[in-house]
Amino acid sequence: MDWEFIGSHIPDYAAGAWVTLRFGLCGVGCAMALGLICCLLRYFRVPVLKGAARGYIELARNTPLLVQLFFLYAGLPRVGIRLSAEACAVIGLTFLGGAYMAEAFRSGLESVEKSQREAGECLGLTRWQNIRYILLPQALATAVPALFANVIFLIKETSMFSVLAMMDLMNVADTLRTSGGRTVEVLFMLAAAYLALLLPVSLLANLAERRLRYAGFGNQRSV
Amino acid sequence: MEPILRVKEIYKGFDGNGVLQGVSLDIREGEVVVIIGPSGCGKSTLLRCINGLEKIDRGEIWLRDQRISDLGKDMYRVRQRIGMVFQSYDLFPHMKVMDNLLLGPVKALKKPREEVEAEAVEMLRRVGLADKAQALPRTLSGGQKQRVALVRAMLMHPELLLLDEITAALDPEMVSEVLNVVIDLAEQGMTMAIVTHEMRFAEAVADRVLFMEQGVIAEEGVPEEFFREPRTERARRFLQSFTYASARKRPRDPAGMPEDA
Repeated sequence: MDWEFIGSHIPDYAAGAWVTLRFGLCGVGCAMALGLICCLLRYFRVPVLKGAARGYIELARNTPLLVQLFFLYAGLPRVGIRLSAEACAVIGLTFLGGAYMAEAFRSGLESVEKSQREAGECLGLTRWQNIRYILLPQALATAVPALFANVIFLIKETSMFSVLAMMDLMNVADTLRTSGGRTVEVLFMLAAAYLALLLPVSLLANLAERRLRYAGFGNQRSV
Repeated sequence: MEPILRVKEIYKGFDGNGVLQGVSLDIREGEVVVIIGPSGCGKSTLLRCINGLEKIDRGEIWLRDQRISDLGKDMYRVRQRIGMVFQSYDLFPHMKVMDNLLLGPVKALKKPREEVEAEAVEMLRRVGLADKAQALPRTLSGGQKQRVALVRAMLMHPELLLLDEITAALDPEMVSEVLNVVIDLAEQGMTMAIVTHEMRFAEAVADRVLFMEQGVIAEEGVPEEFFREPRTERARRFLQSFTYASARKRPRDPAGMPEDA
């Protein structure tokens, strides 16, 4: 292992990590919002839109991110829509992630007893108040492990951004490898960089899961 | 006097089963109506239809001078005036008792928090739960949870309170601590429709008893008469199912034996 080589390229990797993290988190945040909307449309059986949400989820889950990115980056310009690589990256990740997030939220919402919703309705809460104060807090507690798994999955998927010629971690490594040829060092640093980004997220997930379990709500229910 | 609630000839079916088959009912201000009957007779469905948790297929429901049976999305305003408590308590498990109590009055009725909080403290004290305001629901016993659920409904100051088998999930020794709260409410003049299997409680609290069977009100009367001398054979058989007779305990004297023994 050539430690000097590794040391001299840390700034490159740091720059790549910053790209990965910035656009990854942007996409993850938008994916959560989109997923929540889709999930609520289905949960409350909103006419027409619930069908649209269903169709979108199946489309996004059953096509590879690579294809989705190519479509955005190379396909859309054919019909006159030209987006920057960064916009394509965030939109693509949102499109893919929204479907996974929707399913995670759904598992949470479905774990909340129907009678909880009815109890809220009996207090004269509006539908939105019911979601905000009663359904979502309980649904989130159950959905936390699935949501965090999606976050990690999506950040890893950002390695596809390299096809958009963005200098993310993957592309930094690829460039170094093809120019310098130190394959072992380059890949070692690449793995270490992803690990450094995602390990904290994993630990945070464990912590959140434990805290919510101790709080004693979520899918455990005592009657 | 004009009734608070008028239920006119309502029908409700689930998957082709007629659960309510033409039920009519008036409830006057301050009246306590107890609905009894075998399971599956439609008594819970009747309560759920009244506050719109189930949509009726036919008929009308009026709350004072407003028809409430076809309000759709605006039903939440009516529900602010009708309280309901269920068998399964349905406290919100992620909120402390006090937050459970404040949610409806503060968010739905937009009342000032301090005012409701003071009232909630007083009501908790009255039902013997003064020290539980900051407890999480899962730390309470069933009887305590159900008393909290009653206080939660009462803090909305409903014009009508619906109680759906509120002691059915409780251990026997906790039943009376809950029903005593209900009897207090009746004495304060609360208008209530109560579904229950506790016959002695029904007799004590009811102004009027409705006996339902197979989706219709089969008999109706004041408790003194209904429980002593039901007019219909079906009600008689239903009430008998709550008494037990064992051959071991029958008198030896053949004269005291029933003819078919």
